[in-house]
Amino acid sequence: MQMPTPDAGIIARKARVVARLRAALPRDAVIDDAHETRAYECDALTAYKCPPLAVTLPASSEEVSSILAICHEEGVPVVPRGSGTSLAGGALPTADSVVLGVARMAEVLEVDYDNRLMRVQTGRTNLSVTGAVEEDGFFYAPDPSSQLACAIAGNIAMNSGGAHCLKYGVTTNNLLGVTMVMMDGEVVEIGGGYMDAAGLDLLGVICGSEGQLGVVTEATLRILPKPEGARPVLMGFDDNAVAGACVSDIIKAGVLPVAIEFMDRPCIEATEAFAHAGYPMCEALLIVEVEGSDAEIDHQLALITEIARRHNPVELRESTSAEESAAIWLGRKSAFGAMGQINDYMCLDGTIPVNELPMVLRRIGEMSDDYGLKVGNVFHAGDGNMHPLILFDANKPGDLEKCEAFGADILRLCVEAGGCLTGEHGVGIEKRDLMHEQYAPADLEAQLMVKDVFDPAWLLNPAKVFPLDVTKGRRGSGASVAA
Amino acid sequence: MTVTSEAELAETIGGADAPLSLRGGDTRGMAGPGAALSLAGLRGITLYEPGALTLVAQAGTPVSEIEAALAVEGQRLAFEPMDHRALMGRSGTPTIGGVFAANVSGPRRLAVGAARDFLLGVRFVDGQGAIIKNGGRVMKNVTGYDLVKLMAGSQGTLGALTEVSLKVLPKPETSATLVLSGLNDPAAIAAMAQAMRSPFEVTGAAHDPAQGRTVLRLEGFETSVSYRIGRLKDLLAATGGEIEVLAEGSSETLWQGLRDVAPFHGAAGDVWRLHCRPTEAPALAAKAGAEARLYDWAGGLLWLRMAPGTDLRARLGRYDGHATLLRAEAAGALPRQEPEAPGVARLTAGLRAKFDPRGLFNAEALARSA
Repeated sequence: MQMPTPDAGIIARKARVVARLRAALPRDAVIDDAHETRAYECDALTAYKCPPLAVTLPASSEEVSSILAICHEEGVPVVPRGSGTSLAGGALPTADSVVLGVARMAEVLEVDYDNRLMRVQTGRTNLSVTGAVEEDGFFYAPDPSSQLACAIAGNIAMNSGGAHCLKYGVTTNNLLGVTMVMMDGEVVEIGGGYMDAAGLDLLGVICGSEGQLGVVTEATLRILPKPEGARPVLMGFDDNAVAGACVSDIIKAGVLPVAIEFMDRPCIEATEAFAHAGYPMCEALLIVEVEGSDAEIDHQLALITEIARRHNPVELRESTSAEESAAIWLGRKSAFGAMGQINDYMCLDGTIPVNELPMVLRRIGEMSDDYGLKVGNVFHAGDGNMHPLILFDANKPGDLEKCEAFGADILRLCVEAGGCLTGEHGVGIEKRDLMHEQYAPADLEAQLMVKDVFDPAWLLNPAKVFPLDVTKGRRGSGASVAA
Repeated sequence: MTVTSEAELAETIGGADAPLSLRGGDTRGMAGPGAALSLAGLRGITLYEPGALTLVAQAGTPVSEIEAALAVEGQRLAFEPMDHRALMGRSGTPTIGGVFAANVSGPRRLAVGAARDFLLGVRFVDGQGAIIKNGGRVMKNVTGYDLVKLMAGSQGTLGALTEVSLKVLPKPETSATLVLSGLNDPAAIAAMAQAMRSPFEVTGAAHDPAQGRTVLRLEGFETSVSYRIGRLKDLLAATGGEIEVLAEGSSETLWQGLRDVAPFHGAAGDVWRLHCRPTEAPALAAKAGAEARLYDWAGGLLWLRMAPGTDLRARLGRYDGHATLLRAEAAGALPRQEPEAPGVARLTAGLRAKFDPRGLFNAEALARSA
């Protein structure tokens, strides 16, 4: 993975840039000490690190505006950062960039239950958004697995999903409005406390733009009343294809579960060794969760188990209590940790049409043999969002590169099967160079045109999302960033 | 003219030297000035996977054709697209491309999202004649910028849609509607808010002041709908007045009428669509002094029939929302779309200049004249 050569001219002007930022911000909001900036040198994609020129920690939209205006005038790239939980390197700095972290902006600005919305500063963590309203029976639906740490800013940048999006949608479906600061410091308001913003759907294009179009400082979020209850059923099958067919039949039958999670044998084995959840040893395990009152749940689970029985499950375990539900979820929730006990792993995020599941799993198995690297699959089966976990040894020379090549092959397979490179983690730097696999030059050009409009100098979150060769003529226009 | 392939469309747009009036079924009467260019020849469902809840169709495919194909598998377009014909006094055949180009949703938008929330992928031809694709046919996709959303609701000002890929949902086993009678506007809004705050997943909430009727729709399995109707009745007992339940057949008829704004059909005057915070709707309606009003989306969508030429926006002043002049007696007197704040207007203008540098798609005209 290549990053552009940092602009030596900017690095030479560091003292001046930092002095200007210091003059505009509270004392502790600017960090340029090399020891302290190290905490910001990477995100959750820890294989790649680079200390930034400086780090800024604004507390308001006004301070964000000052930072961006100064960096714009100085021609300095800016890397926006939520909580730094990106698995795609979305917040990886460059040596000539200023990191803009929103962690200090974590206030709840408004809660309006009658209109089912709340407005927050975007540094607030996903889980604490729900935390602010759950006592009153509400929740914020998108629930990425990093929800304890990840910030709403990052959720908006990556259009984050979660386990429950089959029913509730992803971030873009739950976002009503934003306050966004443009690279030149201008503050714009888009949407608000109502459904469907006027004019072009700018909200839609900002969501998932990986911090390249502006810095979102405040967000109006749709909140929902909590369901009366939820319970899962666990089912095991001795064939991936059969489990895939079962998912398809459940969906066709008109039941809309809130989650359908899938684990394959390597993942089940690792999870059992780690968490002892009492899962059956089989080829494929499904956890299907439904919501409603007790009687409604019973009715839906009866329908689902009836469908499952037609596919000869080796195990069928319907939860009848909170304890049993927790036991069923225990293994799934510790799956990533369990794989991490075995070795280092890389987590992929491609999405495929649900009906291609058996073919894709078979091909991944074959590639695993070819590469000599183990892979476990755990994913959201209802929406086809896969999370293959490739195991490798970071201390073994060449293993990371081999793992990356294997990962790239899996993502190519996802595209070939009619899917895409990333379902919820984002492109970042990780999948940047694979964009050609999914998009023709004209398709990419159309996306670059959007960036041209929002950030004409191409200073926001440089060298992410698009292959470097595609953005060469645009990046650092005004400054002189060499590719 | 009518094109029958994407390649032909790309060639036509690429070679055009004067504004083009893009249209699907032209059922809303909103095609701009210029040479008529119909997309209705791009027709047909190209892929339908009921088990994956996805369907791909050419943009000119009639909505009715898609709905019929979905019905065979017990599925539907959950966002419930409105049929504009009766309200706008138009004929023609609504197309799926037109639905997404205008982001047309119905009463269920409140619960499940708008048309744009169900659009998974697009192919379109931009103002330079380039064929562009974005998104795909999977439900979760964050690969690159989301131009799918940008195209949804762009009214053909950034490009001509040629193919859409969409998410469909199962049609529930049954539905029923709770009817509350005799509530005034604020009381009706409060009752709807109370219902929406409950865990009973109301999929339609509307208030028709002319009939004195507040309606709440429930959908799902038979057992579930009857249970939830009972719980909602208890919850709303304190609102006073009579509560009646409409079974599936009459419930469906009622909601189809609300979807298409039937109470306004055949009546003269300007028709406005106002998006606002539901709880602010009664005060805005009072300020508007409309000849008729209808609340949908629990109050988040307010339909107003006004005396011709009334500048509703001037009457309302500032509020959290926006108003569209959907149907005007006198063309061109008032802007159709809510004027944008300068920062947003610059972004809009910038995008139009990039995607339609020669101004073929009438963006200015579409925003101005109603």
